[in-house]
Amino acid sequence: MKARVTVYPRREILDPQGKAIRDALNRVGFPGVEDVRAGKSFEISLGSSDPEAANRELRDMCEKLLANTVVEDYSVELLSETEVRP
Amino acid sequence: MKCGVVVFPGSNCDHDVYHVLKHVLEQDATFLWHQDDTVKGCDLVVLPGGFSYGDYLRAGALASLSPVMGAVKRHAEAGGLVLGICNGFQILLEAGLLPGAMRRNQNLRFLCRDVYLRVERTDLPFTRNLSEGQILRIPIAHAEGNYEDSPERLDALEANRQVVFRYVAPDGSRADSDPRWNPNGAARAIAGITNAAGNVLAMMPHPERCSEPILGNTDGLAILASAVGALAGAAR
Repeated sequence: MKARVTVYPRREILDPQGKAIRDALNRVGFPGVEDVRAGKSFEISLGSSDPEAANRELRDMCEKLLANTVVEDYSVELLSETEVRP
Repeated sequence: MKCGVVVFPGSNCDHDVYHVLKHVLEQDATFLWHQDDTVKGCDLVVLPGGFSYGDYLRAGALASLSPVMGAVKRHAEAGGLVLGICNGFQILLEAGLLPGAMRRNQNLRFLCRDVYLRVERTDLPFTRNLSEGQILRIPIAHAEGNYEDSPERLDALEANRQVVFRYVAPDGSRADSDPRWNPNGAARAIAGITNAAGNVLAMMPHPERCSEPILGNTDGLAILASAVGALAGAAR
């Protein structure tokens, strides 16, 4: 089973990297871009085939290591094999 | 009385701290390896600056899970002294030994220069040789020193007097939103904090880089000397 975990700066926290990217996008012809949050994405392969257990385990991974919940939020999604990017 | 300096893969200020402890302060000093599961009887454990595990994932995140950190936690819980400098600060945050988190510097640059710190507390083992309100000039060298936490938790930190060093203007006045004096944009200009018990201290600036006259600045020596003095006093 494959999963994608996305970690990004919490909304209420200023994201200096996202702000710099937004300003650059504005400069190169995308004046409509109002906000960018720059985060990280993890593609994780799991031995488990139980979606509920996998979801629980992935959230546990985020709490323990993948995200720093003081300044970051995370989301977890299970992927069908065809969704996995090369 | 023995001092230990932890070496993670990617630590690069380990020898500087060791040098100050061993040769300037003439203490029994040793290195601790990140795979050790004991602090080998050290009374003071220093987590030095550097880029442990290449700053992969987040600065300090992987180091905080290494075997030696279990031993450092037990040492801290037993009241032992722990000092984290720069990357050591980031590791202590990730390990949950201190509250809060570090973000990229506000201007997104690696900053390497002297800053001015105001000493907010002198009743700690690490600050007993300093005077309250004293201004120290100490260099920083980091890309992620922008301290952050929720407003409620920052209020609690202040109320508990856990802010030990604050970035200030050279005359000691607060200038939290002025990047000349609060270089990384840290919340409430926080440069160093302690735990509630006062035996774990972490700071972004590098006292070990300004602890000898030949380096042109000795402002940092009092911090390491305070810790050594506190332990010597306790041993008597």
